[in-house]
Amino acid sequence: MSLWKFFLKIFAISMMTFGGGYTIVPLIREEFVHKEKLIDDEDMLNLVALSQTAPGPIAVSTALLTGYKLKGRRGAIIGIIAATLPPLIIISILYFFYTWFASNVWVRAALRGMSGAICAVMLIAVYDLAKAALKKHKIFSAIIMVAALLLALFTSINLALIIFALALIGVIAFHFVPEEKMP
Amino acid sequence: MTILRLFIAFLEVGAFAFGGGYAALPLIERVIVHRYEWLTMTEMTDVVAISQVTLGPIAINAATFVGMRVAGLPGAVIASFATVIPQAVLLFIIGRFFFREKRTATIDHAFNALRPGVAGLIGAATVSIFIASIFISKSPLIVDPVALIAFVVVFILRAKRINILPLVFLGAGIGVLGHLVEYLAGT
Repeated sequence: MSLWKFFLKIFAISMMTFGGGYTIVPLIREEFVHKEKLIDDEDMLNLVALSQTAPGPIAVSTALLTGYKLKGRRGAIIGIIAATLPPLIIISILYFFYTWFASNVWVRAALRGMSGAICAVMLIAVYDLAKAALKKHKIFSAIIMVAALLLALFTSINLALIIFALALIGVIAFHFVPEEKMP
Repeated sequence: MTILRLFIAFLEVGAFAFGGGYAALPLIERVIVHRYEWLTMTEMTDVVAISQVTLGPIAINAATFVGMRVAGLPGAVIASFATVIPQAVLLFIIGRFFFREKRTATIDHAFNALRPGVAGLIGAATVSIFIASIFISKSPLIVDPVALIAFVVVFILRAKRINILPLVFLGAGIGVLGHLVEYLAGT
């Protein structure tokens, strides 16, 4: 894939990231896991995990790392520019009539349906990603997955802190139990 | 000089907003509302409201908005890119280790736990979005029928691997149609 094509794909993906950082995950999967088959779901989880180690918007970090993985440093730069431009362009335009836009009933109505749609898309992505994450060390992975889900849902612990703790748990657990013996 | 101050201010917002999304809000409040007084609290609430009805991360949306106000389009460009520079620098270094250098067993071990963990975190985000979009109120439990219909229809179609873009538009269409029906029914 050329850098230009990569730029266009990330630009288009960034145009659709409504409703929070993780919504970029199903979009990146659709393009780069399913259509182009350049990465797999395990890579995808690695990239999202890595993107949480840095500050700033998750969607931008995920785009940057996807670029890095596929195209090296130049891909990373293209990824971050392509992810940042769409919100920059849209908000620059909306700046002039934002009060009208944010309170418009038809915009709100469209958003009600879109949020339901995005939810469904996310749910299916989560199912696939969970399956990929449970391929190795089923029991260990399942415990980690449920623990992370519950911590994120029911506590207000910062996600970056959860990521750090998970990395530490992985290092310690596999220090004492070898890869092939971990359930 | 205003441009330089914009650059530094959003560099700070980008550098310390760990955890994504709403993690940026307290920083924006401290730096942009209180220190530089580029926004009032009410305007900050407006920016959050626009973020909810448009694409893009809140931090970049706020940077573009404040940049436009303080120094026009150049300000918007400088502020937005300043927001993402800290993570770009950090991820360049992290990426170099992860993708280029020989990976150590320790890193692989960490990622054995990170992969299921991240799946769990994305799951939690999905549950949060589900609750926020499908339920109008939590007590008493009131379901938004329009959002629920969009959810069910898109779920069935996405399970058949229909592309995401048309499905998002379909969701918007269901939303508008639903509002029209409610409007005509007088509710």
